[in-house]
Amino acid sequence: MLSKRIITCLDVKDNRVVKGVHFLNLRDAGDPVELGKRYSDEGADELVFLDITATIRSRKTIVDLVEKVAENVFIPFTVGGGIGSVGQIDELLRSGAEKVSVNTAAVQNPNLLTEAAQRFGNQCIVIAIDARRSKTQPGRWQVTVKAGSEPTDLDAVEWAVKAEKLGAGEILLTSMDADGTKAGYDNELNKAVSDAVNIPVIASGGAGELEHLYDAIVKGGADAVLMASITHFENYTIKQMKEYLASRGIPMNL
Amino acid sequence: MLIVIDYNVGNVKSVCNAFRHIGCRAKLSCKPQDIKAADGLVLPGVAAFGYAVSALGPLAELIKKLALAGKPLLGICVGYQMLFDESVEYGPHKGLGLISGNVVPIPSSQTVPHMGWNLVKLPEDMDLFARLPREKHFYFAHSFYADVTDAGAKIAYTDYGFQLPASVQKGTIYGTQFHPEKSGADGLKVLENFSKICKRKIA
Repeated sequence: MLSKRIITCLDVKDNRVVKGVHFLNLRDAGDPVELGKRYSDEGADELVFLDITATIRSRKTIVDLVEKVAENVFIPFTVGGGIGSVGQIDELLRSGAEKVSVNTAAVQNPNLLTEAAQRFGNQCIVIAIDARRSKTQPGRWQVTVKAGSEPTDLDAVEWAVKAEKLGAGEILLTSMDADGTKAGYDNELNKAVSDAVNIPVIASGGAGELEHLYDAIVKGGADAVLMASITHFENYTIKQMKEYLASRGIPMNL
Repeated sequence: MLIVIDYNVGNVKSVCNAFRHIGCRAKLSCKPQDIKAADGLVLPGVAAFGYAVSALGPLAELIKKLALAGKPLLGICVGYQMLFDESVEYGPHKGLGLISGNVVPIPSSQTVPHMGWNLVKLPEDMDLFARLPREKHFYFAHSFYADVTDAGAKIAYTDYGFQLPASVQKGTIYGTQFHPEKSGADGLKVLENFSKICKRKIA
């Protein structure tokens, strides 16, 4: 039986891991390669590196980072942030990333998902969706792009379904309302999306307590739970999380 | 020296990194003379099947000939799927035909892709799993799987709502649907076992 995954997310800015609240007020959390290696040794199932600067200058830095991580870390890792072309995806996969996540570029050019899936297979194309609760329509979420700074007209559930059809193999679903709050995942959002698609959904944003992880899997229907703050600032170890979830009957790779 | 076949698909470097980490000499190459002189060959692959087959091009025939002559070959993920007859991924596309079977979609009753760590039952008589316990988690990321029909192949299975072949062995032809280079310490042991098989073959 397939295990549920614990995924640690490392937001990278100027070659350092940082973490904020609601995507703002960033705090330094360490060296990306060292942290990546530490989480891998501690039993993380997967890592995600997000280049949150995503400028042309940072592009080269992130490729170098991917190469360094790949030399030291032997679990799968995903890279995202400002990826806009098949050429960039190719470079990152060849540098050692297992998967890439695309966000803004896929909203602007949905064909990118199809082109990338046909070339690399859909298993390595992750659609990252940053969703914010609609203020006017309850039970709906609005897709935002450009690191959460720009709202779009897209409905998050509808966009998830479309992205799957276009070629995405996994959804990294971040609740902007919950991000960095440690108050729990948005499981209404997780449930709405995971019920609507047949590809795996990674719940992201809001992890603070062990119970939150359980709820995202059981109530939210998530295949994986992603977290940053609670591991970077050592609230819980990955082993504690896995043992807790296993004790509550969730299949884990312990 | 092991040769990791370099044919312009993803993850070739990860496989080399993993071999280097365990102290095994492995070189990335697409030169026929390197491939012929190798102690063993590794065919990795993160790509769609059709793209991978066309990227491999004329090397396919050489690899097939050497594998049939007894040079150990390890296919990983799409590299493993290419060992079989045919795949329907954006296809049909012909594979190397070294092991009988076809590559078909994972039933849509399951979440597809099959993504993450799944428990594989490791048969005692499969060389790749020497010194490992009888079951272990390995990392999978795929939407298609090989429906193995070869009576001469040994098969290790994982449970994904059905018995999904996770690894095969036919003579000195090996393959893993999972990624040993991304499966932590146990995955590295699988690669170490393959490098030992290649050394034994020379000795």
